[in-house]
Order: sequence, then structure tokens, then C-alpha cells
Amino acid sequence: MPANHLRTAAFMAVLGLCSSALANPYETTLPNGMEIIVKEDRRAPSVVHMVWYGIGSIDEPEGVSGIAHMLEHMMFKGTENLAPGEFNRRVAAVGGRDNAFTGRDYTAYFQQIPPDHLGEMMQMEADRMTNLVIDDEVFLPERDVVREERRLRTDDNPRARLWEQLMATAFTAHPYRRPIIGWMEDIAAYRVEDAQRWHEQWYAPNNARLVIVGDVAHQEVFELARTHFGAIEQRPLPDRRITPEPAQHGLRHVELHAPAELPTFALAWKTPTLSDPNDARDVYALQMLAAVLDGYEGARLPRQLVREQRMAVSVSANYSGVARGPSLFSISAVAADGHSVEDVETAVRTEITRIAEEGVDEDELARVRTQTLAGEIYKRDSLMGQAMEIGFLEAAGLSWRDEEALLDGIRAVTAKDVQEVARRYFHDTTLTRAILRPQSLDGKKG
Amino acid sequence: MTNALFRCATLCTALLTPAAWAAPEIKHWTADTEAQVYFVQSDALPMLDVRIDFAAGEAYAPEDQAGLASLVQGLIFTGADGLDEQALAEAIADTGAQINGGTEADRAWLTVRTLSSAEERDAAIKLAARMLAQPDYPEAAVQRELQRAAAALRESLTRPATLAERRIVELSFGDHPYGRNVSFDSLNAVSRETLVNFHHHHYTARNATVSLVGDVSQAEAERIANMLTRNLPAGEAPAPLPSPTLPAAHVERIPHPSSQAHILAGMPGIEREDPDYFALLLGNHILGGNGLVSRLSNEVRDQRGLAYSVYSYFAPRAVAGPFRIGLQTRGSQAETALDVMRDVLADFIHNGPTEEELEAARSNLINGFGLRLDSNAKILGYIAMIGFYGLPLDWLDTYTDHLETIDVATIRDAFSRRIKLENLAVVMVGGSGDEGANADEGAEKP
Repeated sequence: MPANHLRTAAFMAVLGLCSSALANPYETTLPNGMEIIVKEDRRAPSVVHMVWYGIGSIDEPEGVSGIAHMLEHMMFKGTENLAPGEFNRRVAAVGGRDNAFTGRDYTAYFQQIPPDHLGEMMQMEADRMTNLVIDDEVFLPERDVVREERRLRTDDNPRARLWEQLMATAFTAHPYRRPIIGWMEDIAAYRVEDAQRWHEQWYAPNNARLVIVGDVAHQEVFELARTHFGAIEQRPLPDRRITPEPAQHGLRHVELHAPAELPTFALAWKTPTLSDPNDARDVYALQMLAAVLDGYEGARLPRQLVREQRMAVSVSANYSGVARGPSLFSISAVAADGHSVEDVETAVRTEITRIAEEGVDEDELARVRTQTLAGEIYKRDSLMGQAMEIGFLEAAGLSWRDEEALLDGIRAVTAKDVQEVARRYFHDTTLTRAILRPQSLDGKKG
Repeated sequence: MTNALFRCATLCTALLTPAAWAAPEIKHWTADTEAQVYFVQSDALPMLDVRIDFAAGEAYAPEDQAGLASLVQGLIFTGADGLDEQALAEAIADTGAQINGGTEADRAWLTVRTLSSAEERDAAIKLAARMLAQPDYPEAAVQRELQRAAAALRESLTRPATLAERRIVELSFGDHPYGRNVSFDSLNAVSRETLVNFHHHHYTARNATVSLVGDVSQAEAERIANMLTRNLPAGEAPAPLPSPTLPAAHVERIPHPSSQAHILAGMPGIEREDPDYFALLLGNHILGGNGLVSRLSNEVRDQRGLAYSVYSYFAPRAVAGPFRIGLQTRGSQAETALDVMRDVLADFIHNGPTEEELEAARSNLINGFGLRLDSNAKILGYIAMIGFYGLPLDWLDTYTDHLETIDVATIRDAFSRRIKLENLAVVMVGGSGDEGANADEGAEKP
């Protein structure tokens, strides 16, 4: 389809124009080891201020699963200088909004504010990095809040429980087997000292990264950061002794019976994690494979399973390859009436086998590449989105500087590369399968 | 050349005086087709966002066909103007554009996010125009999507959150169109004929509002708005919706084996153009609208650890849309949490906020005004709302002025007139799975 190539060429030019401001973002490191990354985006009087700590559920010891997330909650509960809840109130008073999130690889805090108040936000972040106060009076009710959060997000949500079971089965030794929010029994047993210890060990400037995107001048931001974070002393961090996942040599299978109507399953294969952006052909090819399978309305899996064969109500494929730990390529689907999960699984695997044997069309690959590269333009509309992307890359041990290499990697993927990874990575020996068997609401099997 | 210099001068002035920053300039005109057009030019990124809204929401579906409106909108993607589903999906993806849609009670819409380079942009707009004017509603796709909708409904009826939402909608709005829920019967009543008929009467040029934000000239915006609407029938505006009547207070408990009870309270709230709009908006910000900084969050979450999520909101619609309070808590605490929720509301209706609370909420909304307009996507959302509901063109410009006029007495007066406990419907679903609720609750609470 020559028309297709023409269109692609036309907007590649646009993409080139856009990434010409190569100096932006700007980066510096304070003498105490804290990294500062600033991306100037001066379209509107708004700025996103994020502090990313290089610490997540991956770093937790046994018995206190979810403590990284619990501590994230406690960061809003007061310091030597601020009463509980005062942090949120001060952000609100200047017109801002704030929140935080914990992942397997990181814990991050953010405020979106008018630029004039950036210094005050830094002052408050520096304050809770060093002067956090955790006592029973604020800790115990917040522990109950976290238990309610787990009930809401996981315990009463069969598909979330299915995913939790999948991770706990796919990983036997690596800490990715633990849920980010923690096991309920561990949460119920947290003590004040657990949270205090976590903060003391890991909340240090040399384990923190400031990411700022918005209507700011980078030199001024660097100066503000020196003022507010510069005096905090560097501290030695504990060893990170992460147990690697031993190689898998056979299919793993787990089932969950829970209140639901439609049987659901997830398949997850062990796949590579990106370490060197300039040498990651399989990672880029797997990303393109995921897009060919599920990257647009007409992609292979929704087309075949949902629309043509009508075996599934929905289906999705996911792979990122960007993480501190091991990666999974996952496909999940909800079976339609009259079809078993086994039938749907067979159909999914038939699609992968078809790509392994017959490859993909150039047009198909050009189409998902077009979507990916156009998305590079669209994401610049969101300050938060841009800050998140920088933070994610850095938290995974990469750099915002790798963005161009990552795009080059995607551009270079050939149809043959996609066929090759479809052939290589989808064997039963590294597969974990999780199945949700519906149970009626009165507890009987549906 | 002169133009560019002027633009730079204006920009520099704006940057030097952030306090004088104003809302984006909205251009409004009536297209040749009589569609209403709203346009904000923004050349910072090489992209264009377009949204076309129709008075074609669920409230306009026949009484026995709840769900029809979202099917009419969603099935636009199953084929148009002779392009079948797959060809359409591929054609959209090839342009690099993202075309999506949505349906609410009052309106249904399509959004097009495209690169602004002429070739890609025009290709995407032409596709969207064909989809809007000539959807084919192929019989096979209609049957398939009705089956998928029924499957999704069956699955959702296993979830306490869905059961609570459906029931509170019914209890709040009774026989009013805002009180309808999709059901197996209503899906059975939908056919290709009813879809085509609804589309023909509601997706009309006089019923359309076209909103554009991005890197095009006004002349191009005019041309795009005409392209999008010229093949639509002229049509007539639908009959205005009646106003909902207020329900009598009622508490309903529905059993479900979840660990948490989902508690929702509701009644009809405000219209888009409502004399109490700003008093109720500001009051609700204090009551439960501003995340963790609110009365409800303080009493339910911070003080008592009863819930992870607790909130209140007004959803303004063409006629009085929902006022809602919600939380989820473990079953054993449900009655306690409901008492707290009701006490907080009763106190707020009776006494209103404190001066301090009012000033804090006002600061948040006024100082944060610019943050809500800091991307093309956010601006598009606002101008589409202004356009669809026929709000004054200076609605954004006068927003903060309106907030300045509200005092404690105004809020107390508005809440006591509009939100009465004697009209509050309450639904509590689930929580019977909270086994051992008493066993693991020791004397740990402060």
C-alpha cells in the first residue's frame, strides 16, 4: 500500500520537527546524590512536581509485604513541622492537587500546581523526606484504611485476584510474586516500627529523583532544588539483595473460584527485560507483536476472537519490557457464552502460532508503528504524562535520554523480527496460566 | 512576518504577568449546516483534537430500550458507508489518528485526535464524517454486540458496586429518564431498526456541537466543521427533558457475599444552568468533592479509618443531575459508616461550612483554575460542555468571579433548600462476606 507509506513519511517529518529541541529536558545532580530532571513546557501556567524514590514492593523483606505502599500513605500523616493532613491542605490552598502511587519498582509523590508555588512544594517534600512522624495515633486508623483499600481493589475484585494469583505463581522466588498492596495478613500485622524503619532506610536524597515538567525555567528550578534539598545529608542505603527468578522449566497452572459470571483466563510467558536500549531487538519486536495482536480495533486478537469467531467477549495482550525485574508477555480473555476458557486459549495460541509460521504483513507492521509514533506526539499534550514517562524510564534503570533510542528501536523492527520472537518466546515451558472459574453469588459453582 | 512578531509580543507579556493569565479565547460560529462550532487555536503541538456532541444520550432512548443510545454510538465503529468493520479500523489506524466515542445521559459524542499535517488530518476527518453520517449497523455486528452487551451486563450484576449504582439511580430518579438502567429486557427490545431510527433522529446537524482545539487556522476549522456535518440530516432538536421529582427518604439493604458494603446516597441535584450552581459546587468541594481535603474524608477516613474512598459530587445535567455520596467499608462497619455519612451531611446542611473551610476551598478552585486548562484535551472538554449546554461564551472567564461572590450563608441557604435528608435515598449492597469481622478487631483502635 503505497498510500500508507506516504502518510507515514509525511508525519515522520512532523515528528522530526518536534524533537528538535534536544536540550530539553535538563538534568543535574546535587552533591548529596539527588537527581533533578526538568522538562520545560511553557504552554500554560501549570507545573507537575514529582519525587520518585527508587524503592518499591520489590525491595520489601518477608513478612511486611506492602510496607512500601503503607509508608506512602503515612507520608501524608504529618511531620515535626506539619500536622496530619496539613500537606494536602497546603497543596489545595495554592490551587493544586496531589497524590502518590507505589509500584513494584518505585514510590512516587506528585503535586500539580501553579508555578509560583514550586518552592513551597519542594520545602514540604524535603520536610517529609527527613522529618516524618509516625505514631500509633495516626498509624492504626491508616492501617485500617489500607485494609479497606485492599478489600476494594483486590479481595472483592475477582479479576484483580486472578492477576495476583498469576504473579504469585509465575514467580516463585523473585519478589515480583508479592502484590504491591501486600497480603492482607501482613497488612493487619504491620507495626509503627515497620513503617519507621522503611522510611529511615530508604528515604534519602541519594535514593530520590525530582522530575519537574511545566511552565518553569530549568536554572531557577535547579536553584530551588539546591535550596530545599541540598542540605539533606546523603545516607548509605541498605544492600539490595533481590533473589533472581530461577529459570522455569514447565507449565504452571493456577485456578481461582470467585463470584463472577464469565470465565476468564490469563496466560503469561517469561520474556526479556530491556537493559541496553541500543541492543534490545527482541524487546522491541515483542512490543510490536503485542501491538499487532491488540494495538488497535482491527488487530488480530479482537478481530479473530471477538468479532469473527465470537468466542470471547474481550481479549487483550500486554508487554512492556521496561522494569527493574523480570518481564512477562501476557494475554487475557473473557470467554463468551457457550465457549470454554480452554477453547479460547487454543484460539489465542493458534494466532501466535500463525505469526510464528507465516509472519506478519508489512502493512500491518507499518500500521502499528504509525500508531505508536503518532502517540509520541499526542502524549506531549499532558504535563503529567510527560513527567510519568521520565519517571518510569528512570525507575526502571534507564534514562530519559534513551527515549530516542527506544523510538529508533521500534522503527527498526522488521516483520521477520516479529515472526522470530513469536517463534522463540511462547513455549509451554515458560508459561503460567491462571483461570477464573465463576461461582454464583450464593457461593455455589456457577 | 508582522503577525508572528505580534504573537511573540503578546506571549512574552503573558509570561511576565501570570496573574493576568486568561482563559483561552473561544471562537464560536454557526456552520453552514447549522451545527454550532466552538474553536480554540493552539499551535504549540502539531496536532488537532475534535469532538462532536449530539443530544443523543441515554435519556433520549425510548423507555423500554435503555442502553440504545450507547449502542447507537458504539456500533458506529462496526461499519460505515460501505467500509466494513476491519477496513474501517485499519483506515483509522493508518492515519495515526485516535477516534473514540462516549455516551452519557444527555449526550453522545465522537472524538478525533489527529496529527495536524493536512494529509493525515483530512483523512481522519473524512473517516469520522462517514462514520457519523452513514453508519451501516450491519445485522451480524448488531447481534454480536447485543450478545456482548448482555454478557457484560450479566458479569456486572455480580459486582456490589454495579448493584448499588443501578439501585441508587432508580431510587433517586424514579420514572424519570435519568432513572433507567440497561436490562436484559431493554437489550432484547433493541434491533437494527431501532438503532437506525435513533441515529437518524438524533445524529443531525442542528443537534450537533463541533468543538476543535489545536493547530489549525479558523478557516480550516470552519472547513472541518462543515466536512463533519454536511452529510448529516438537518433534523430538529429533541423535546426538552422533564425535571425529575424528588424521592422520599428510603434505605435499602441488598445482600451480597462481598467483604465490603458499598453505600451510596443520592437524589436529584443541579442543572447545568442553575442559579445555585456555584454555591453548591463550592459547598460540595468542602463536603466531599476535594479528595482528601473534605469533611467526609476527614470524618470517615482520617478520624475513623472506615473507608479508603469516600466522596460526594454533583453531576450537573440538562435537568437536575445526580447529587451523590459514596463509600465502601467492611460489612461489620457498614451501619456505623452510614451513620457518620448521614451525620456529616446533616451538619453541613444545617450549619454550612466554616469561614476557614470556605476560604480554603475557594482558594483551591480559584488558584487551580489554570491547571484545569493546561492541555488541549482539558480545554476541549470545557468548550464541548459550554457548547453542548449553551453556556455563555465567557463562562470560563467569569468562573472565578462567580466563586468570589459566594459566602457561608449562600452555601448554607443553597444546601438547605436543595439537599434535604427527607429526599435522600440510600442503598447499601454487600458486606456479608466480612467473616470473622469481630475476631480480628482487638483493642487496637485509638
